[in-house]
Amino acid sequence: MTDPAGIAVSEFGTQPAGEERSAGQDQVRSLWSDAWDSLRRNPLFWVSSALILVFLLMAAAPQLFTSADPFYGDLAVARQPPSAEHVFGTSSQGYDVYARVVYGARASIMVGLLTTVGTVVVGSVVGLVSGFYGGWLDALLSRIGEVFFAIPLLLAGILAAYLFQPGPGSGLVSQVLRVVAVLVVFGWPSLARLMRGSVLQVKPNDYVNAARALGASAPRLIVRHILPNAVAPMIVVATINLGTYIAVEATLAFLGIGLRDPAISWGNDISIASSIGLVRAAPHMLLFPSLFLSLTVLAFIMLGDAVRDAIDPKLR
Amino acid sequence: MSETLQGAGRPVPAESSWTPVDGRLLDVEDLFVEFRTRDGVAKAINGVSFSLDEGETLAVLGESGSGKSVTAQAIMGILDSPPGFITGGRIRYCGTDLLGLTEKQRREVRGPEISMIFQDALSSLNPVFPVGWQIAEMLRVHRGANRSDAREGAIRLMERVNIPAARQRVNAFPHQFSGGMRQRIMIAMAIALDPAVLIADEPTTALDVTVQAQIMALLAELQEERRMGLILITHDLGVVADVADRIAVMYAGRLVETADVHPIYAAPAHPYTKGLLASIPRLDQKGQELSAIGGLPPNLTRIPPGCPFNPRCPYAQDVCRHDPPPPLIEVRPGRRSACHFTDRVLADSEVEFDHTHPGAQEEGR
Repeated sequence: MTDPAGIAVSEFGTQPAGEERSAGQDQVRSLWSDAWDSLRRNPLFWVSSALILVFLLMAAAPQLFTSADPFYGDLAVARQPPSAEHVFGTSSQGYDVYARVVYGARASIMVGLLTTVGTVVVGSVVGLVSGFYGGWLDALLSRIGEVFFAIPLLLAGILAAYLFQPGPGSGLVSQVLRVVAVLVVFGWPSLARLMRGSVLQVKPNDYVNAARALGASAPRLIVRHILPNAVAPMIVVATINLGTYIAVEATLAFLGIGLRDPAISWGNDISIASSIGLVRAAPHMLLFPSLFLSLTVLAFIMLGDAVRDAIDPKLR
Repeated sequence: MSETLQGAGRPVPAESSWTPVDGRLLDVEDLFVEFRTRDGVAKAINGVSFSLDEGETLAVLGESGSGKSVTAQAIMGILDSPPGFITGGRIRYCGTDLLGLTEKQRREVRGPEISMIFQDALSSLNPVFPVGWQIAEMLRVHRGANRSDAREGAIRLMERVNIPAARQRVNAFPHQFSGGMRQRIMIAMAIALDPAVLIADEPTTALDVTVQAQIMALLAELQEERRMGLILITHDLGVVADVADRIAVMYAGRLVETADVHPIYAAPAHPYTKGLLASIPRLDQKGQELSAIGGLPPNLTRIPPGCPFNPRCPYAQDVCRHDPPPPLIEVRPGRRSACHFTDRVLADSEVEFDHTHPGAQEEGR
């Protein structure tokens, strides 16, 4: 085939076997409703969404789960093992570990969600633009992305968090946004690359050309024809990444440069709990925040897996 | 072709600034297109000129890589650039050179004025939206129709292209339709805005034979009804015989022969056309081997000197290898051919394709 135009000229189009599905009674099925169908049948999806739902509720309304004050420390009852009064025991400062764990969900979930939203927005805009327009714009954006891509997320996080320390006593939201900003700045290139790749895959399709031949403008082509067909891999990776960002936040907090008091964060509590002496004297201090952190990360990664299986069964 | 349908041709929106000059819709003049690739410059179109009148059907014939689709893309302005560049010529639509327009102005021509359907209707429809939505979008975007009007318009168009139970199927997705139905939907989208020119790029290649005939009949019907100019790009001579008014044969980016449809079938004037016609199975050829044109089309980055067809041409002489490619000149009224030996070819083919002499087949090779 020497057709130089590069338009896909398949000599043998797909030819369905004569019969047509009877119209009317069979309901409309799109790619997404197909995906939802297979998602519904996946137990992994239900387990992970149930877990995520619990954690989301915990983040939104921690009072529902505990009446204890996570900031009330009673040194008289410090380092107590789990008991009826303190189900997860108490910390070295006499805090109720259960209350700390419940309240800690908010920071982790916020970091995970906001970072994911941020990286998806930046990554998909950059990926769409560079994939669709190509040329020097693509070269420029890809090189910029590579600069950020070359720096490991954690290293960049440590450096940036160290350089831009929050003022003493700054609230949870401003602290979270600071961490999110760092993670977004160094996290978008991988998603941009992914998006650019799928845009390049979708762009030469005949329906994009057909839409162009019927008078569609570039923004319309991008929004209506390219984005909906290129977004699936991005959704999968973003869901999995959400868990990763939560883990990175915890790592930063563990290193003492992420969220800090008065913000409650699992990473922070893990950091305190793992200081010398405490691991042996009060292992529950370390166990419960770690358990919740692992469960959250696991839930999001499982959800990502389930979504991937539903959207693209070939990857299974 | 009766002009009585709407009094004066297609229903043109009042604000349209496009009116054909003397019934002439499209005038392609000396078009050159090249693709600058890593392997060199592929000269895909080398000086193609043709025109299209209101209500006329022009069939563009040729092998893969002869430049048919590139011509269509150049007219539509959807050539991928880079690597494709229009290096010369003019494409006049209603007297205006399209190549001089801005991208925005060209976009206003695409769809409402010149529209196109593609070979593979499955890949020409966006898989994530219902077909009715996609047709309706044309009306919403270009006509400013509201949602329910556009939907009704889409249903009417689907009914017009003979999709059974259109109202029930308006929300179905492309993969729920058969190949022929998808091509009908593509046609409905293409005619949604009443274009003056419809370019059909191998509209039936991906379909089976019975469906091919239906689609061709539909296109002919719509063309008649709306007095559209239709450019039918195909490599299938059998498809065009009943539908086309004129035929233009392309080879290696050049037109080698143009003629009205019947004379060309009766007696081709160019060796390439002759070879194409000889390769069609015929009822009176029982038991014989089909004659094919030997060799392959030239690599467009290295078109041979002289007439590009000379390495495969049974008539080739030294003049064909050395002189510049012969121009497309009038050999009979309404017929043009680009060959040094047109007269000999014509004389031969008048004997050969005259069906009263079925024995005279072998000598062509």
